Amino acid sequence: MADSRVGPVHHPSEARLLDYASGATREPVALLIATHLALCPGCRRKVGELEAVGGALLESLPAEPVKDDSLARLLARLDRPETTEPAAPVRSPGDPILPQPLRDYVGRLDQVAWRHLGPIAQVRLLPGFEGLTTRLVRIRPAAAMPRHTHAGTELSLVLQGGFSDAAGHYRRGDVAEADSAVDHQPITDADEECLCLAVLDAPVRLTGRLGRLLNPFIRS
Amino acid sequence: MGIEAVCLVGMPVPPFNDCMATEPAKPDPNPLLADLLDAVARRQDRAAFARLFEHFAPRLKAYVRRLGAPDQKAEDIVQEVMITVWRRAALYDASQASVGTWIFTIARNKRIDDLRRERHPEIDPDDPTLVADPHEPAEEVVMWQDQARRLRAAIGALPEEQALILRKNFFEDKAHGVIAQELDLPLGTVKSRARLALAKLRQVLEDIV
Repeated sequence: MADSRVGPVHHPSEARLLDYASGATREPVALLIATHLALCPGCRRKVGELEAVGGALLESLPAEPVKDDSLARLLARLDRPETTEPAAPVRSPGDPILPQPLRDYVGRLDQVAWRHLGPIAQVRLLPGFEGLTTRLVRIRPAAAMPRHTHAGTELSLVLQGGFSDAAGHYRRGDVAEADSAVDHQPITDADEECLCLAVLDAPVRLTGRLGRLLNPFIRS
Repeated sequence: MGIEAVCLVGMPVPPFNDCMATEPAKPDPNPLLADLLDAVARRQDRAAFARLFEHFAPRLKAYVRRLGAPDQKAEDIVQEVMITVWRRAALYDASQASVGTWIFTIARNKRIDDLRRERHPEIDPDDPTLVADPHEPAEEVVMWQDQARRLRAAIGALPEEQALILRKNFFEDKAHGVIAQELDLPLGTVKSRARLALAKLRQVLEDIV
């Protein structure tokens, strides 16, 4: 199990990175991508390249004149004290598990109010995004998740421990993307609890017999 | 320090996807964008800032207008972007990105905040949890102006079906799943068109750096 690779091996798709760089990603998905970027220097470089595409597109746009007094108004503002600039958010100190963008949303890992459901403990993040369910999930070692498919797409980012499904083995920094074509049954590693950030863009449909019974739990 | 030249202010800019491949290669007498930004950072140079404003403000306005901001709202966002450029000029790192790319990211974050009332989460370069890049290039001179010119040319040369996806993505705030629905295409088709487009653009980027 202890391979010597540096950084994640399962990455978000190119299209996901493009959506992030252009700003077309909704905030929960952008949070998952940004957290992956903190753990993946290769995808950081790619996003830098995609932002350069954004810079080239910006500079290729036909200029649209601004109002005549626009520059004067701006220069006048430079003299005013910076009272309008919001104070920098108070940041929690470094955390060996949660990279910075996620820490802004979770706070301290040891102070999370977990909800326990069988082998799973979870907490909802970013409520209020219609159609998007964002959760931080802890799963016991060697636990098999109920067999399920997704009406939409589920993105999972591993933060600690790992899990395996038919597509491979996922460890810290790896991103798994499961869409409606995937009927999968992930199993967590035997030696460690698995901590994931999961973003689902539609309710999960459970397919197994046990799964249908568990449906109400997973939806919560 | 990047050796990036200012486009001639007031010169007509070719429309997206049209003759971007044919920009003149003559030497540019204008000061370098990165030098202007450096003057703002080091000495709060207002004349340099005004030059940056003249270059970027009309393009920033076009950008946020395309994303659906009414005229006055677009003016307000341009003001917010440029005031951020003034205040954060010292944070610009010429080894990481061109001035245009840096300002694009500021504008992107402002318009998400202002038009969508959402945040755009980003890494913190000083986060001790950040996994360092073993291939991080040392401080090197990057030909940003050359890169931006060749990137614009490469974008202009993309097949329309690929350029369309970039335009919808960057200028209409549509993620690839939404684009697939709107164009009535399978998700895989949109993904592969995006991948093909980016492979061509990446060649340009890797040739230069």
